[in-house]
Amino acid sequence: MTSRRLNTWLISGPPLLYLVVFFAVPTLIMVLASFRYPGEFGGLAPLVQRGEQGQLVVNLTLENYQRFFSDPLYAELFVKSFWYAVVTTVLCLVIAYPLAVLIARSHKRHRDLLLLLVILPFWSNFLIRVYAWMIILGPQSVFAGALNAGFRLFGFGPVRLLFTPFAVVIGLVYVHLPFMVLPLYANLEKHDPALLDAAQDLGANAWQRFWRVTFPLSLPGVFAGAALVFIPAFGIFAIPDLLGGTSGIMIGNVIKQQFLDTRDWPFGSVLSMVLTVVAVGLAGLAAWYARRARAMA
Amino acid sequence: MALLEIRNVTRRFGDFVAVDGVTLSIEAGEFFCLLGPSGCGKTTLLRMIAGFDLPNGGSIWLDGRDMSGVPPEKRNVHTVFQSYALFPHMTVADNVAFPLRMARTSAAEVEARVAEALEDVSLTGLALRYPNELSGGQRQRVAVARALISRPKLLLLDEPLAALDAKLKERMQLELIALQKEVGIAFIYVTHDQQEALALAHRIAVMNLGRVEQTDEPSKIYGFPKNRFVADFIGTCNILDANVVRIEGGRMQLHIDGLGEVVALQTGAVAAGTKGVLALRPEQVAISQRLASDVHENHFAGTVFDFLYLGDVTVYVVELPNGSRVEAMLPNSAPGRAKFFEAGDRVEISWRIDAGRFLTE
Repeated sequence: MTSRRLNTWLISGPPLLYLVVFFAVPTLIMVLASFRYPGEFGGLAPLVQRGEQGQLVVNLTLENYQRFFSDPLYAELFVKSFWYAVVTTVLCLVIAYPLAVLIARSHKRHRDLLLLLVILPFWSNFLIRVYAWMIILGPQSVFAGALNAGFRLFGFGPVRLLFTPFAVVIGLVYVHLPFMVLPLYANLEKHDPALLDAAQDLGANAWQRFWRVTFPLSLPGVFAGAALVFIPAFGIFAIPDLLGGTSGIMIGNVIKQQFLDTRDWPFGSVLSMVLTVVAVGLAGLAAWYARRARAMA
Repeated sequence: MALLEIRNVTRRFGDFVAVDGVTLSIEAGEFFCLLGPSGCGKTTLLRMIAGFDLPNGGSIWLDGRDMSGVPPEKRNVHTVFQSYALFPHMTVADNVAFPLRMARTSAAEVEARVAEALEDVSLTGLALRYPNELSGGQRQRVAVARALISRPKLLLLDEPLAALDAKLKERMQLELIALQKEVGIAFIYVTHDQQEALALAHRIAVMNLGRVEQTDEPSKIYGFPKNRFVADFIGTCNILDANVVRIEGGRMQLHIDGLGEVVALQTGAVAAGTKGVLALRPEQVAISQRLASDVHENHFAGTVFDFLYLGDVTVYVVELPNGSRVEAMLPNSAPGRAKFFEAGDRVEISWRIDAGRFLTE
């Protein structure tokens, strides 16, 4: 082996090993589990067993998949989770875009501080931040009180905020916003300011400069941010658990239930497999669009 | 009234005065160069004409209209940027069509005019390429076609050829001259390259430290520089410190420190005792082993200190007995002749009395 190839392996070996051990192997275990029977007291039934005549029997089945496809409840949950993730992604994009533009165009001296503020929430625990939202949205909070007082003026009854789909979306947007801001900023920061000067010089007003120049050039960043927000939002369970109540349940909650409460691991694996396939498919689509957009840029 | 009137325009950045009371007027159809070293304020002036920057004092009038408060997108002035600033996500055709689409021109007309514009700059076959698939010269042509397609009153060019190699640069210069003549739109061309300015412009404004030093035709700028800066900046020039000794019948006797007495034609109203410089172009200085004495010439003997072989010409640095140096240029017109003299050779130099120019500032 030449030293060059050795170097290649030395550099790429550890991360490759990490991916194999902590990603490929667990995924394969999950694939296998989705075809197995549940154990009598939860978990998995033995894969290989002695039959009545003492012969070896391999316990594999398609029943778990049949169950998934025969009950529309699960597909509906997938669709519901999909729409939660879509709404979250769109809201994140709408909120993050102006923020990213502001940071990218601010003076170099202030940029680091602004970026620090974007990632500052990461410094405290995710669950604690979601608990904070439970307090903010709770019926006793100043926020809910002020909102309902405002509604009363227009003759609305008091509105509940916590344990609603609204609360779930607020939580999802709040948690995922930095994942949209950062790739957008990284993209916008690279734009040549001369392009906007040229567009203005050639007769484009502020609106046209944005839609004709800034936005199309930022598409790779938009797709990267959308993938980083959409995929985790699609399968998340902690936020609907804490903020959603019964009406805000998502597919992630059902998967968690299958593993921890019902202890039906094979069916939980089926739901996870479907989630993975859908998410990977959508991410692949986004990556393909992003590459096409970048090829033009 | 001139097409563009720049009236006493000043631009300050903090304590720094980038443009200092500049007054210029540019006529319709003119090819005008703003020439000066980097930091002289020429690009700032250009940005104020385009509307990207606003003067602290003075005003800019286009076609009889005061431009203060008119944003760049509303000015009938387009710019070819130094980096070309082509939109990387648009094809050549879409780039060129951009100004028309901003003006809400009908699709049919856009198509026809883009085709015509691309033909004008010989890019017809490249309409569907993206800017990153073009060479430097092709990009430059796209930028020019894009800036000209909606027929602005005035085209501003900010060192558009600076990034090109010498050969291509010369070809693009010829193309620009032809194009400007054809479209008849006034060009204001910013450059720090004096040769480029001399080659392209109908008139040149030489700028230094935010001020216009001289505005004139190229031959006047080169042949009759108004002051020491212009003489030194345009071409190469021997600058010799001189005192006026005597003025007589349109001629003046100058004393050059360490060199002696020379004669030059009188320039302006100067009196005996005035201090100044004698500016002398190297190509006006004759150099030979032996020169016949002539009353119409200033004559000195010296030795060749060093020389620069430039292909078409050789520049000799001649050291005079008192240590001062004068550059003389000699064409290498004889084939195979690389040089006439070696360092250390004894030579004589002379220049006609109407060759040198006495400058007081």
